[in-house]
This record gives sequence, C-alpha cells and structure tokens, in this order.
Amino acid sequence: MLIGKPAAIPSSEITPKATYVNRREFLAGAGMAGAAVATGFAFRDLAVPAVTVSANARIDGLQKSSFSTTEKETPYKDVTNYNNFYEFSTDKYEPAEAAKNFKTRPWTVTIEGDVKKKQVLDVDAIMKMAAPEERIYRHRCVEGWSIVVPWVGFSLSELIKRADPLPKAKFVEFTSLYDPKQMPGQRTGVLRWPYVEGLRMDEAMHPLALLCFGLYGEVLPNQNGAPLRIVLPWKYGFKSAKSIVRIRFTGDQPTNTWQEAAPREYGFYSNVNPNVDHPRWSQAKERRLGEFLKRPTLMFNGYDQVASLYAGMDLKKNF
Amino acid sequence: MKVRFTKIAVFAAALIPLGRLAWKALHDGLGANPIEVITHSTGDWTLILVLVTLSITPLRRMTRQYWLIGIRRMIGLFAFFYGTLHFLTYIWLDKFFDIHEMLKDVAKRPFITVGVSAFVLMIPLALSSTAWSIRRLGGKNWQRLHRLIYVTGILGVVHYAWLVKADRRKPIEYGIVLGILLLYRLAVWMGSKFMERRASFPAAPLGT
Repeated sequence: MLIGKPAAIPSSEITPKATYVNRREFLAGAGMAGAAVATGFAFRDLAVPAVTVSANARIDGLQKSSFSTTEKETPYKDVTNYNNFYEFSTDKYEPAEAAKNFKTRPWTVTIEGDVKKKQVLDVDAIMKMAAPEERIYRHRCVEGWSIVVPWVGFSLSELIKRADPLPKAKFVEFTSLYDPKQMPGQRTGVLRWPYVEGLRMDEAMHPLALLCFGLYGEVLPNQNGAPLRIVLPWKYGFKSAKSIVRIRFTGDQPTNTWQEAAPREYGFYSNVNPNVDHPRWSQAKERRLGEFLKRPTLMFNGYDQVASLYAGMDLKKNF
Repeated sequence: MKVRFTKIAVFAAALIPLGRLAWKALHDGLGANPIEVITHSTGDWTLILVLVTLSITPLRRMTRQYWLIGIRRMIGLFAFFYGTLHFLTYIWLDKFFDIHEMLKDVAKRPFITVGVSAFVLMIPLALSSTAWSIRRLGGKNWQRLHRLIYVTGILGVVHYAWLVKADRRKPIEYGIVLGILLLYRLAVWMGSKFMERRASFPAAPLGT
C-alpha cells in the first residue's frame, strides 16, 4: 500500500481574497434582503389596485323619489371601488376586483319563518314586484366616512306585504350568501359567516327602507352587494345587508353579525347618532368622500322622519 | 466605504414610501379616501421602521456584520419622521387643529392615548440621537434611555390592534415580529445573568 505525501493545496483551490470578501458582502446583502422581505408585506397596504369600472345593464323606467337628496352624488368610481364587503376582503379597495366573477344568477331568496306565504323567489321576479325608483340617499359608515348614492329599488315593504307576515312576526332577519368558494373573505374567521342582519318589523316597513338592486341607473355591481341588498339610510352602513338569500320573519330579536362580534361596540339598532360615540372613536363628525374637512354627522343621518319609530327609547342604551 | 454606500442606499429606500404617496397623490391614485390611505400608510411605515431598528442588533450579531450599527440611527430617525407625518395627518387632516377635540380624544380613546404616547416617547430618542448626546449622557445612560424604543414598539402594536374593527391579522403579524425581537433581548439578558452567576463561583471545578 502506498501512502503518498498529501498533495499541497494547489494555488487554484485557494479562495482569492476578493471572493471571500465578496461573500461577506453577500451575507450582509442577504441580511438586508431578509429585513426587506420581513417588512415588504406592508407594501400590499400601500398598493391601491387599479380602479375597476364595469359596464352593467341599464335599468329602464326609473321613477324619481321624494326621498332623494339634492346633495352632490359621490362619483361612480368611488362608490364602486371603496367597499366594506368583508365576504370578499377587509380591504375596502379590494372587493371591486375580488367580486369581479361573482355569480349573481341564478339567484333565489327564501322567505320563511312567521309568514303566511313561505316561498322561494327568483331574484328577477322580486325585481318586477314594483316599479323601480331612483333614491339618492346619504350613506354613513360606522367608521366615520359617508357617501351619497343614487340607489335603484323600491320600498322593502312591497316585498314584506306580499309575503304576508303573521301577527307574531316582530322582526325580520336577513341572511347573506355563504359561499366560501366564491367569497374569499369567508375562508377567514374575521366574522362569523354567513352575515346576518335584522330589523324590527316597523323599521322594515318604513318606506325609507329600500330593497335595492341597482345604483347609478344600472344593475347593482357585484362589489356593492349584488344582486339584492337592503339600504337603510338612517342606520350605519353595516345594517344594510348585501347579497341576500334568506328573509326570515320571527318573534325574537335577531343577533346581527357585528353585534355578535363586538356587542359592546355594535348594537341591534345602530342608528346614525352623533351623540352616541363608538366606544373607540367619536361619531360626531364624518368625512364625506371627496371633501377635505369633516362635516357634522346628523341625527338619523338627517332622516328625521324615522324618529317616531324610536320615541321613548333610550338611544344610548339601544345603540 | 461600505457603510457610506449603504447609508445612501438606506436613505433613498426609506424615502420610497413617502415618494409613492406623493406620486399617487399627484396621479389621482390614492383612491376614494386619500386621507385614510395617508394615515394608514404613514402609520404602517412608522411601525415597520421601528421594527427594522430593533432588528439591527440581532441581525448584526447573527451575521457578524457589525458595521450594520452604522445605519441604525438613520433608520430610527426615519421611524420618527414617519411617526411625525402620521401624527400630523391626525392633528391636521383628521382633527384640523381642534385642540379641544384632540384632548378629548387622548383622554377618552385608548387607541389614541397609546398612539400619542408611542409617538411622544420617540421624541427624546430623536433629540438624543447625536454623537454629542451620547458623550454627554454616557454610553450606559444613553442606552438605558433608548430602551424606550421597546415601549414605543409595544404601544405602537397595541395602538394598531385597538383601532381595527375586526380584522386583527396585520397587527398580530407586527406583534409576532416585535415579540421575537424582544424575546431575543430577553434571552441575551438572561444569558448574561447566567454567565455572571457562573463567574461569581470561581471555585466550582470545571466539568461539574
């Protein structure tokens, strides 16, 4: 067996100084890159996705409504690109894109509970129940911003009358679609799904309460709660349930989703009220989108005609 | 040379978020509620840069890139810069200099209280960031004072967690990063205590 002298390390194997110095710089660079990656996730917050403007079908024969405000309407692109629609995303700029392929047909609404005419109605049949009106409403979000929207629909009472509720029905409960395949937000536990909202019967029967299927003279864009939603202009926005699939009449007060999520912060009534603050922020003022200075928030969002519904009630307790 | 080059690069990088905001503001890219976007973005970057300053020490020890200390002050000052912008959007764009409203807010709204506290605690750190201050205070005292940044970090994350409506995922992410960075310090501190104790029993034979 031959035991050879170990070969000297050939000079070609020696790492040149420039290379190992480079390696240190590389490590430093890698460190910086790591820090950059660690912080990079915040960029998604900065990125405002491109504004999506879709062309939806027009709704013909719109009637004017005496409930409409003459205030300046919030531009279509803002109404349709700034949406609190947690079923799609908690980022208000995302539902426009995330709801792009949302299927709104076929769509049925189940009428059930304490009602004479329990039935499953096609959304297209519901839309033909009464003449469509354009109602330009102020819309105030519990977060402290507001918009003016020309909604399309008719009074919710039109549908309720046809359903013929029993005398023991004191409340109406609205359930939104549960479909995590189509609604990515429902794959998170941010809220309990499906989204549920509710009204007292007299609130639901008030002519201001709108059963809505359009805005700006066209079919409701997906991100605004298509194909069928309610709009309650004297209440904070979250009361106006979107993409409704079930309307249930009941004797017991429903627990709405936000009330369940944070009962100290969101009540059943959630009427717009500048004198009752959200526990974490003031409700005295609001930012109308497009305006620089905040404006004072009005009681019932300026819809004084609903005040009689709450006569004698302590609105600080029944917030 | 490396530090100098890196400083220029970090300086430029730290201005990117502001540059993006300015660019978007000029190109109608801030969306339907620009003030909200500005508020959220400056707040986000304050917190991120606080976390980056806190990660310099662990990073330089782990990678043995001790020169990284040379860029920490600048990043810290940028955290203060974005914090100032965030605070300004609050007093100018949100409250429009209504002192009465602001005092009410600070007293009544815990998320504002902790947010303002987090910012106020950064002021002495920014003021004492000069070499002169370090000499004046002495390294030990200066270091003690600058541990306030831990409090700012914690209050900043709490401020964020308390203001969101339901989606706590992002404040939790920030909280986890902050937790790791603070745990690292706790581990180092406990390790040094342990070594001190060992050193105080010199009679103990090796290997027992």
